[in-house]
Amino acid sequence: MPTTEAPPRAGDREADGPQGRQANSSLVLMIALLLLVAVFQTPIRRALSLPLMQNWMTVFVAVFIQALPFLVLGVLLSALIAVFVPPSFFARALPKRPTLAVPVAGMAGVVLPGCECASVPVAGALVRRGVTPAAAFAFLLSAPAINPIVLTATAVAFPDDPQMVLARFVASLVVACAMGWLWHRLGRSDWLRPPARPSFEGLGKGAAFWGSVRHDVMHAGGFLVVGAMAAATLKAVVPESWLRLAADNPVVSILVLGILAVLLSICSEADAFVAASLTQFSLTARLAFLVVGPMIDLKLFAMQAATFGRGFALRFAPVTFALAVLTSALVGAVLL
Amino acid sequence: MKRQAQAVVLFLIGGTVIRASFTDLYLRYVKAGLRPFLLVAGVVLITAAVATVWYEVRRPREGAANRSASEHGDSGGHTHHEPRIAWFLALPVLALILVAPPPPGSYSAGRTGTALQRPPGFPTLPAGDPLRLSVLDYAGRAVFDHGRSLDDRKIKLTGFITLGDSGAPYLSRMSLNCCAADAQPVKVGLSGRVPPTLQPDAWLEITGTYSKKKAKDPVNDGAIPFIDVSRARPVKAPHNQYEN
Repeated sequence: MPTTEAPPRAGDREADGPQGRQANSSLVLMIALLLLVAVFQTPIRRALSLPLMQNWMTVFVAVFIQALPFLVLGVLLSALIAVFVPPSFFARALPKRPTLAVPVAGMAGVVLPGCECASVPVAGALVRRGVTPAAAFAFLLSAPAINPIVLTATAVAFPDDPQMVLARFVASLVVACAMGWLWHRLGRSDWLRPPARPSFEGLGKGAAFWGSVRHDVMHAGGFLVVGAMAAATLKAVVPESWLRLAADNPVVSILVLGILAVLLSICSEADAFVAASLTQFSLTARLAFLVVGPMIDLKLFAMQAATFGRGFALRFAPVTFALAVLTSALVGAVLL
Repeated sequence: MKRQAQAVVLFLIGGTVIRASFTDLYLRYVKAGLRPFLLVAGVVLITAAVATVWYEVRRPREGAANRSASEHGDSGGHTHHEPRIAWFLALPVLALILVAPPPPGSYSAGRTGTALQRPPGFPTLPAGDPLRLSVLDYAGRAVFDHGRSLDDRKIKLTGFITLGDSGAPYLSRMSLNCCAADAQPVKVGLSGRVPPTLQPDAWLEITGTYSKKKAKDPVNDGAIPFIDVSRARPVKAPHNQYEN
């Protein structure tokens, strides 16, 4: 059933290909790709029918499909902020002093009902609208972890350990605020080098809005695909039995689940269920999984690099990871 | 990437997602509850594609009328060289149109430990003989209630075959929390009148009764209960291959 559609599509384009060849090389590239796939269908299908490849593709497509509505939501919100909310609104809504603005922005993460795919474009729009980066980063880190949907999912996933919800909320908020304050003290604005972005000023509101949507989907979406591929590769290649070896040592297990959260890049609305199934690990180690995952993982790193620049992401990500692991260990020791 | 090409990619993603939500293809990857959101996302993407083309077509005309505005638009136009990374967006579209990968089956179930967790309670079973239960429900009652609430009833289970390391067949069913990336199997061992040759990934409908036999999943030491098979019948894969 799926194949019936592809060949005619490729064929249609082939017909009007020659005229567009000079004008649009990228379109020609795409037509060539579709044609190639259509012509070499059989060998490609054979390679793709290996269980390993099938599993890889299933996970890849699933991560993409699952994240897409949230990405679109984030992109729409970001375009709304960029086009319809005047910068003065944020100047009034947030305390003047960055030290105070950070926790307020961190708590504001409660209202964004989505996962990390939505928070990156929104945080990008906040920075461009003049919100102090420290506050925007606190929001970026807290929003995917402490919103009601994610906390409810956590409560459902850990029916016997309700303190997990509190631990997750506290640890995530602490890390988000700490990162905001840290950026305020140590961060340098020249690390923030957002890639050139078309200016939508001077266009009509409609053109600016859809221009922003298109730009963000192409940007963040491309990196989302890369992150989904990385996560699929991991899921398909690393056997679960390796994890058992790590679970026995309390310190190693926290670190291992932190790294696993980075590598798996699971959506924050789902990670609680995955954490719940890692029963061979301690609650504290699983808390580290839940705190690290929404703040930094492969697809988030790619998306952050796209939104704020690679120099930023390279510095921000490792510190976030270290702080998130440490805080989870501490909060876990107290609350769990 | 040129704007026209971006519009094409946006349109393809939106169209593919909408088609997948209407054909139940989406059920292979995500939960049924995501469908309305997928439809909305698809509509937004297609609107963005249409809007891109619309403003692209209108721009030169305005530019001819007003030179300074056109220069402004062009300065945006030159930096609009979106990164090549955006081409990656074609991959999931191609994967969905050309391959439509199947839900995770025995390969993934064999590599992942059974995800059985203690159910909140063991409500009395409804009437019916044989009684259809989910693999998860049966396994939960068999392991954590030691089969008391199963009460020697005749049970019907549907799942696919996964072969263990020693070739022992398990009836497995994947369950989904969010998307197929976190799909986890629940496995039930087969004892009694097990069909002599079983192919992995074959779907079976098992009729049988509670068996005291238990085993440990080699992957994660999770408990695997058994069912005493009295009848096994090959069936077609169900509409939604996941449980819950």
